[in-house]
Amino acid sequence: MELNQYKDIFVFAEQREGGIQSVTLELLGKARTLADTLGEKVVAVLAGHQISSKSQELISAGADKVIVADYPELKDYITEPYAQTLTHVINNFKPSVLLIGATTIGRDLGPRLSARVKTGLTADCTKLEIAEAGHLLMTRPAFGGNLMATIVCKEHRPQMATVRPGVMKKFDTDTTRTGEVIMLKVDFDKSKFKVRLIETIKEGKGKIDITEARILISGGRGVGMEGMPKLKELATTLKAEVSASRALVDAGVVTHERQVGQTGKTVRPDLYFACGISGAIQHLAGMEESDYIVAINKDKSAPIFQISDLGIVGDVNKIIPLLNERLKK
Amino acid sequence: MKIIVCIKQVPDTTEIKINPVTGTLIREGVPSIINPDDKGGLELALRLKESHNAHVTVLTMGPTQADAVLREALAMGVDRAILLTDKKFAGADTLATSNALAGALRNLDYDLIITGRQAIDGDTAQVGPQVAELLDLPQVSYLENLEVKENNLFLLKKQTEEGYQLLEADAPLLVTVLASSFKPRYMNVKGIVEAYSKEVEIWGFDKITVDEENLGLKGSPTKVDKAFAKGIKGAGEIYEMDPEEAVGMIMRKLKEKYII
Repeated sequence: MELNQYKDIFVFAEQREGGIQSVTLELLGKARTLADTLGEKVVAVLAGHQISSKSQELISAGADKVIVADYPELKDYITEPYAQTLTHVINNFKPSVLLIGATTIGRDLGPRLSARVKTGLTADCTKLEIAEAGHLLMTRPAFGGNLMATIVCKEHRPQMATVRPGVMKKFDTDTTRTGEVIMLKVDFDKSKFKVRLIETIKEGKGKIDITEARILISGGRGVGMEGMPKLKELATTLKAEVSASRALVDAGVVTHERQVGQTGKTVRPDLYFACGISGAIQHLAGMEESDYIVAINKDKSAPIFQISDLGIVGDVNKIIPLLNERLKK
Repeated sequence: MKIIVCIKQVPDTTEIKINPVTGTLIREGVPSIINPDDKGGLELALRLKESHNAHVTVLTMGPTQADAVLREALAMGVDRAILLTDKKFAGADTLATSNALAGALRNLDYDLIITGRQAIDGDTAQVGPQVAELLDLPQVSYLENLEVKENNLFLLKKQTEEGYQLLEADAPLLVTVLASSFKPRYMNVKGIVEAYSKEVEIWGFDKITVDEENLGLKGSPTKVDKAFAKGIKGAGEIYEMDPEEAVGMIMRKLKEKYII
């Protein structure tokens, strides 16, 4: 493999129903920093149907160039048409780096693509940097967040990485930025299209996304089913969202979409209220980047106190209702 | 119908603790288990065995100790167990692992291959889709439900962030499943007794169909540059106080931070 033929930082621009996903803008922000370090370009790859009008949004968010694949076959995500499109992009444009959001789409597409073009893929990176030698350093948690590992892919290209939503910071949008838009021609091998989409179902209108919340009131085992309504009241007062540790999700008190942690979501709100959460390492992995962490727990040796900014050793089921009462005044 | 379930033996990461002083992992005494999503895969296969008379083979790659998870799968009710083990497989990243598994699967018959969505030690969710690609099979990941329709047609429910998708695909197919959707059965006593009298087939490099250069450390495009324990963020202020004082303290801090 002629490594020096490969250059530029490519970002898979994920769209759903024509809307650019937030993780894409976060990846463009990171790609911008990496490309500036290397003196290379940021290229967004946008696949979908009748979506070329979205190119400027990607340029404003940091892309120098947008490659658009506009086909009815790409309207909704299905593995094979997307894998063929991205393979075509890799073979023709030879990216040095390809970044993909670690969503249900990205985590389906990424590995398929890496096996097809025979390169390495590092999942769920929390940090991306350029090494002095110019290759990508991809750092990710392992063992349920207990250990960090920096992964390299020195002899294969592109260097592929997925990043979970909410981990990287967006680039300050600049609508005056200009860039090049390239319409891509793809010759699909339709004999390989073996999975057919029957329908896409959205559950629960106005479904919440805890990664977008500025304040999270998060409950754990110490709150239990009985304490949950009080947390919800406090959340209403503070215009916050309710989230939870795995204990309450497994107990069926809170739905999985509100779970924070390694098997749930990574969040970084301005304020994270950890109520009756002991702080298993899997949970900490999902919230420790929060700006300000208040922890309330009966057990003063609870690990949550090792990362909280303000720790209160006390009864959460007494403190929360009282706090809510005071705030309402 | 022939089904192959790929499983992995993993340390129970929920049992791993951190030494708060040194910030290093305490791994002693941590038990090994069948990866939870993979166990969900076994459950799906066993349901299809009951409803469609499917023949179920379980395959794992690992050291000889991985025999334990195959015995557990036999006790749950699978028909055949294969342990893929060879020094040539050691040091593999996800792609080299997928190459070894695909090498074994090429020598087996199947209509459906089931893997877990991801393993709790690595959390990569890569091996299922990579195996599908290497075998040129269609894939459906994040599977919540599967129905068998007439002649080799599957109706599949795939989880998404917003809800789910309904998909249709013909056999042969690879799916990666979610533990939360397929609550596994317990081993029964008869099964446990029989599991230890059944044979676990041991397959080495000579039994599989794959280029040696695609295996192990040599066949791994990614390498670990360094591994380190996560630095512990310094603890902030901690107070033991009654609810009245605690609320006063929280209000004061939130005002200082301009949150309220």
